[in-house]
Amino acid sequence: MSVEVNRPYQEAQEAYEARLAAIGAEEMVINMGPQHPSTHGVLRLQLVTDGEIVKEVIPHVGYLHRCFEKHAESMNYGKTIPFTDRMDYLASMNNSHAFVMGVERMLGIDQKIPKRIEYIRVLVCELNRIASHLIAIGTYGIDIGAFTPFMWCFRDREHIMNMLEWASGSRMLYNYIWVGGLFYDLPVGFEARCGEFVRYFKPKLPELDELLTANQIFISRTANIGVLPADVAINYGCSGPMLRASGVKWDLRRTDEYSVYPELEFEIPIGKGEMGHVGDCWDRFKVRVDEIKESVRIIEQCLERLEGPLKRTTDFDPRALVPKKVNLKAQDYYVRAENPKGELGFYFVTQEKTDIPKRVKARGPSFNNLSVLPELSKGILIADLVAILGSIDIVLGEVDR
Amino acid sequence: MEIFTRVQELLAIAFDKQAIITVEQSGLQPALVIHREKLAAVCLFLRDHEETYFDFLSCISAVDNGVDAGSFSVVYHLASIPHQHQLTLKVIVENDRRSDNLPVVPTVSGVWRTADWHEREAFDLMGIYFEGHPDLRRILLPEDWEGYPLRKDYEEAETYHGIAIK
Repeated sequence: MSVEVNRPYQEAQEAYEARLAAIGAEEMVINMGPQHPSTHGVLRLQLVTDGEIVKEVIPHVGYLHRCFEKHAESMNYGKTIPFTDRMDYLASMNNSHAFVMGVERMLGIDQKIPKRIEYIRVLVCELNRIASHLIAIGTYGIDIGAFTPFMWCFRDREHIMNMLEWASGSRMLYNYIWVGGLFYDLPVGFEARCGEFVRYFKPKLPELDELLTANQIFISRTANIGVLPADVAINYGCSGPMLRASGVKWDLRRTDEYSVYPELEFEIPIGKGEMGHVGDCWDRFKVRVDEIKESVRIIEQCLERLEGPLKRTTDFDPRALVPKKVNLKAQDYYVRAENPKGELGFYFVTQEKTDIPKRVKARGPSFNNLSVLPELSKGILIADLVAILGSIDIVLGEVDR
Repeated sequence: MEIFTRVQELLAIAFDKQAIITVEQSGLQPALVIHREKLAAVCLFLRDHEETYFDFLSCISAVDNGVDAGSFSVVYHLASIPHQHQLTLKVIVENDRRSDNLPVVPTVSGVWRTADWHEREAFDLMGIYFEGHPDLRRILLPEDWEGYPLRKDYEEAETYHGIAIK
């Protein structure tokens, strides 16, 4: 196959190169990344600037492409779970939960999963959601010049990491949630330690609020910056805190009512434009702070049940329903779940007589959330671009997969 | 699944029964197989009709149906935020897998901007050409990559820019 043959399909590439070559004399193309600290990973942004004003942003992604979808076509469903962990590596539990849910629904065993397993799954997912949001908040602070929140957030996140390591044996990439069950039951004493963490963590949140949320410098850097109207957010496929900050009450934990979320009480925080306009950077930050509080509430309810009616018994086997081989008929299924960053979807196309899928497509929330960046950053200042990018909270592992 | 039958009725009226080829109801999620030429119009109709109002495009997946089948599918997962329902659309394109003859599907990036990057990804990894797309460059792979890795008959190159990689 020669490049010559592919020429008709190179038109867009040539048009893009011609456009950059023909920019005006007063304009300049600046390269930001892929090794820029505030791009949160290996993201490269090409900015067409006129002085301090950004006229256009062209994102280049793919530096962290690890062929997740191609890998998934070469191994069975259970073996793919560690690969899903590496997509959004800050919220591995949530990734595997979504993947496992899809396979279980296709197998028809999703209603038979014992309640204790479901509650443990929700517990670790919410712990992971807090950890992910703490990183989002901490690094957002550092992006726009506040160093202390970063240290505080990482200090608290470390407790979560230690707990999840205790449960699964690994700090970040857990492989804990399996098709039909769990790797292991929670370690003895986990519930008590988790309760202790909640008691420690709750008073820390107002401290964080004082430090950042109501900080005048922080507000002037984020309020009224990068305003994303709800219709634009929906049209670009934004989801999660990004969409909720624009005032849309859309949370798949409530909409789809998967796992045991219908039995749990929690609110869906949305952006209200308290400091500026609905859907600005401050709102996106605030939605994450509020979501941490809701996650703490969910964890408390989970602990209550795991220590009460669903207490550990000696004959409880978390692997009882784990299938030896995932036998599926040829079908396709799209599963979606609410990740810390938004809607994570997996589209499965299965084939008969083998437990290797024909196609697995992953719809990462960060991928879609990032695609709105060129729209958000027309005519802004370069310094504000950093504030907007940080507020989107992307994980490049999931953008590139 | 009321919405699924309702969509069929609405499309039958609006497109004079020309839009839907078949209805797939065997799996957990039923799907409509849409005529390729009608795709963009159908999507726009489904987005704007007040009963359907599919304002959110969750995902576009390109599927290689296998070397023997000689066809590719593009699967669209739609969702409606106010109505909270979902729908799956499919387009099936026959193709002979020659590198100068990519399967052609009309773009829906004018309907949902989500489709912009999803279609670029499908073009990049599966080699589906989206007609009318404003900026159909490769997205995840380098722009000088040869071949489409997610195809079932893809063979890795021996070298990349003269560097042996095997």
